[in-house]
Amino acid sequence: MVNPPNSNANPNAATSATASASPLPSAPLLSVRGLAIRYGAKVALQGVDIDIRPNEIFGIIGPANAGKTSFLRAINRMDEFVPSMRVDGNITFAGRDVRTIRNLYALRSHIGVVFPLPVGLPLSIFDNVALSPRLRGRRQKADLEEIVERCLRRAALWDEVKDRLQTLGSLLSGGQQQRLTIARALSQDPELLLLDEFSIAVDPVTTMRIEEVLKELRQELTIVLVTNLVQQARRLAARTAFFLGGRCIEIAATEDLFSGGAKDQRTIDYLEGRFG
Amino acid sequence: MTSTSPFAATAHEGTKLAVQQVARFGFLAITLLLLIPAIGILAVLVIEGAPGFSLEFFLDKPRDNGAAGGIATALVGTVWLTACALALALPLGVAAAIYLSEYARDNWLTRTINVAIVNLAGVPSIVHALFGVGAFVHFLHFGKSILAASCTLAVMTLPVVIVATRESMQAVPKAFREACWNMGATRWQTIWRIVLPNSGSGILTGLILVVCRAVGETAPIMFTGAVFLRQQFPSGIFDKTMALSLHLFTVSTQVTNVPRHVPFAVALTLILVVLSMNALAIWFRMRLRGRKKW
Repeated sequence: MVNPPNSNANPNAATSATASASPLPSAPLLSVRGLAIRYGAKVALQGVDIDIRPNEIFGIIGPANAGKTSFLRAINRMDEFVPSMRVDGNITFAGRDVRTIRNLYALRSHIGVVFPLPVGLPLSIFDNVALSPRLRGRRQKADLEEIVERCLRRAALWDEVKDRLQTLGSLLSGGQQQRLTIARALSQDPELLLLDEFSIAVDPVTTMRIEEVLKELRQELTIVLVTNLVQQARRLAARTAFFLGGRCIEIAATEDLFSGGAKDQRTIDYLEGRFG
Repeated sequence: MTSTSPFAATAHEGTKLAVQQVARFGFLAITLLLLIPAIGILAVLVIEGAPGFSLEFFLDKPRDNGAAGGIATALVGTVWLTACALALALPLGVAAAIYLSEYARDNWLTRTINVAIVNLAGVPSIVHALFGVGAFVHFLHFGKSILAASCTLAVMTLPVVIVATRESMQAVPKAFREACWNMGATRWQTIWRIVLPNSGSGILTGLILVVCRAVGETAPIMFTGAVFLRQQFPSGIFDKTMALSLHLFTVSTQVTNVPRHVPFAVALTLILVVLSMNALAIWFRMRLRGRKKW
């Protein structure tokens, strides 16, 4: 993987600067302006402005009903499948306004998604990981085998399943299934990986293993990490946004937030566990 | 309280347990009652009909208005009708179910279609027969033929195919679809790779129901393609044909001097055809379900 242009700064540069004041190290991969999401008459999210830079892990924390998942769904244009969902505002991904992209299937194939509850599809482990390449028309068995092995290795699952690739992926344990989902997302060769509370159904040891994987993946792709574990955001994210009740309350370098730099009282309260 | 044990039953708990026992055995008794007609029917048919069973009964064509000879042409005719009805109803029904389950939005059109399906399922078979005469025999000029009769049977059985298939597609978790869509799959790719392979049991249920009705129904075919007596095997879908169900009606009510065992033997054949088809489909379905997928 080549470094992004003009990144002579080290990858953790973002951590040392405050988010709003620092000049962007490079053009944002994902840029959100005035995002508002409604389900029928119910407002799920409004007034959100966020820039996500290439090769950063961007954390989103906040209690239930804060609009975190809706935010991810809007990026991926999943409103197509939810008739009542209305998205206003601008989302620019890799320089394109996602609402002007006709071929949503191509957009989605550039964005990997991992859900809170692991979704092992009722296919073999091999077919789970080979699904996305196949959806894009790749059929060469050797190609697929190479992709499956590479992605399972990167998701730290290969050693556990290499001898039973033909068994059903949906029957793996929860933690294994979640790594399978990550392998599947990686098989898309995504530029952006959206993780929605991935550790909710995963034991702590597996969570730590996945976190290690994510740290390595940061070299190659950009990650938006929605999490209900405040400490997880602290461990992984360069910058973190705090969502509450459908609004983005605060965006700051994670270290600043946790070292008492949070400006909004609600953020401070949430980080200190007084609610949520 | 004088009782020493903290777990001794109070009066209320005693009643509760008694009611529970009564409910359990009461419902068991009612369930067992249901077995009586099922076993009774089969027993009567076997006892009365078995003497009529012979190789010639199945291989000979009926003679003397069905009073003598076998049922070969009726048996073959029923196979024709069932196969053609299946060939029409199954693809159409599955296609409609795919649309309703995977594509249709919840709007007035979808709701109208759903109401129509439910009502179609409730239409008496004799009404379907009259519709078949009007639509297929006369309007589409199929004449009285296997094709017209099969179309009528297909229209009659479409609702059950649609409902059974749609239900089993709906039983495939939504999360699977979302995972697929998020990877950039189109709706059709998702249906083809994930939803349909896991809806096999519903499609099979639809198939069983179609077969059972196509084999058993009499009214819809007697005006559209089935005849009382025909010595030739059908040679194509525009031929008229005999059918087991209509033959049973004929030999039981329309023809005199029929040996006593003949109607029972025909009925037993009818039941055996249905039961064996059912057994086959159930076995197949159990194999599908045996592999737990999630």
